[in-house]
Amino acid sequence: MLEFMQQLINGLSLGAIYALIALGYTMVYGIIKLINFAHGEIMMVGAYVGFFSISVFGSHIIVAMLFAMIACAILGVIIEKIAYRPLRGATRIAALITAIGVSLFLQYTTVFFLSPQQRIFPQTAFQTKDYLIAGLSISNKDVFIFVSALILMAILQFIIRKTRTGKAMRAVSLDRDAAVLMGISVDRTISITFAIGSSLAAAAGIMVGIYYSTINPLMGILPGLKAFVAAVLGGIGIVPGAMVGGFLIGILETLVSGYGNSLYRDAVVFGVLILILLVKPTGIFGKNTGEKV
Amino acid sequence: MLKVNNVDVYYGAIHALKGLSLDVELGNIVTLIGANGAGKTTTLKTISGLLRPKNGNIIFKGKDLVKIPPEKIVGLGISQVPEGRRVFSTMSVLENLEMGAYLRTDKKEKQSDLENIFTRFPRLKERRKQLAGTLSGGEQQMLAIGRALMARPELLLMDEPSMGLAPLLVKEIFAIIKDINEKGTTILLVEQNAHMALSIADKAYVLETGKIVLEGSAQELMHSEAVKKAYLGG
Repeated sequence: MLEFMQQLINGLSLGAIYALIALGYTMVYGIIKLINFAHGEIMMVGAYVGFFSISVFGSHIIVAMLFAMIACAILGVIIEKIAYRPLRGATRIAALITAIGVSLFLQYTTVFFLSPQQRIFPQTAFQTKDYLIAGLSISNKDVFIFVSALILMAILQFIIRKTRTGKAMRAVSLDRDAAVLMGISVDRTISITFAIGSSLAAAAGIMVGIYYSTINPLMGILPGLKAFVAAVLGGIGIVPGAMVGGFLIGILETLVSGYGNSLYRDAVVFGVLILILLVKPTGIFGKNTGEKV
Repeated sequence: MLKVNNVDVYYGAIHALKGLSLDVELGNIVTLIGANGAGKTTTLKTISGLLRPKNGNIIFKGKDLVKIPPEKIVGLGISQVPEGRRVFSTMSVLENLEMGAYLRTDKKEKQSDLENIFTRFPRLKERRKQLAGTLSGGEQQMLAIGRALMARPELLLMDEPSMGLAPLLVKEIFAIIKDINEKGTTILLVEQNAHMALSIADKAYVLETGKIVLEGSAQELMHSEAVKKAYLGG
């Protein structure tokens, strides 16, 4: 039982990271029906921005996170403007292939300028300590990741539920033409969605840096794909679904590593994707809402 | 108030509106009747900017709507009750109404407009916390009308407000339309229910395959043989 609790706690911080990345996938999908495969790379850029902010300017970890979030928000908006907006009327497969192109572009631009070498995420910014509480080993990095992810998710929920901008985002994702009739600018709303989703990915990038202690230009691929699985598991396009899906995938991954064989953890996660697509493609929170007459 | 001049609209290769012109005078209810596929919805969508004409212009209060981005048009005083209601299904009734006033910054006035809409539609007040998608068809129609009114339009475009509703509700909706007009809003009404539409309208246009084939006062058209035969069931 203690062992299980320990695995659960380990899974929570990883799950929080996946949840933050999954939110960006699901928000973008909700509004333009595009799986933004470059999303994991935005997370990677966020990790690098945080890295340099700490190692060059000696920023506090929170400052580094804010800095990365702002930088990636801008990056996300630019990517949407240059790569996706011109394809708004094109087929979905064209946009999807473009997203893969953007993903590779970001990976190898980073490799070119910053070398493919992995870098040690500066330990000075975050000194890890382990605490023993009721027989459970809890690290301050897990607490930090979990708590800051929860705060970000709470802020996101507040924005989406309560603010004028958030309501406009929901309106555009529900019915774009009707939203235009209300006076909502679709282009602006899509930009804001990319900005918010990308800034969450950037925060996740910093967390990945703290969690694994290293970063590299290809670090976005696997967490990006797993977060995508999380978004599909929760129901793509549904914000609370991404949060729940993220935690489930994170916990599942640590349980597989802890009890089974850590070599299989990726296979199990992608097995989940296949399973959902077979059993309930709309995900846990998804439902087919029929129109009422 | 609104002048549509020689507008041509295409859907790909399909010529949906062929040099359509119409006039809406301040304070009137103008109705556009015609069969399915005649171009009624296309006309409204072109006025509200969701569709762009290839030729022609649409003058509202001296401005050419064709040159204005669609999301700015509601700010000029035109709002639309779209076909099929198009309420935001997973947003609450209250949120839907708030979206109608998206561009408005006059907090107090907005609140009083909201109260007025709740007085007009008590059902919406009862259900203001409920998700719009869970309302009945009639309630959704009232919500769509309320949402459009929240923009304080000078001109209200209504697309088939009676569609899919029970006869009793249809009567109620038409009484509401008449009342909105009497309180000072000009209305352009698109309807398949020609009889009801003509009974409350001042002026009417008959649309056939993208062209106006007949126009006149609603009274005249109600008694025209051609209209009787084609749209009023003999």
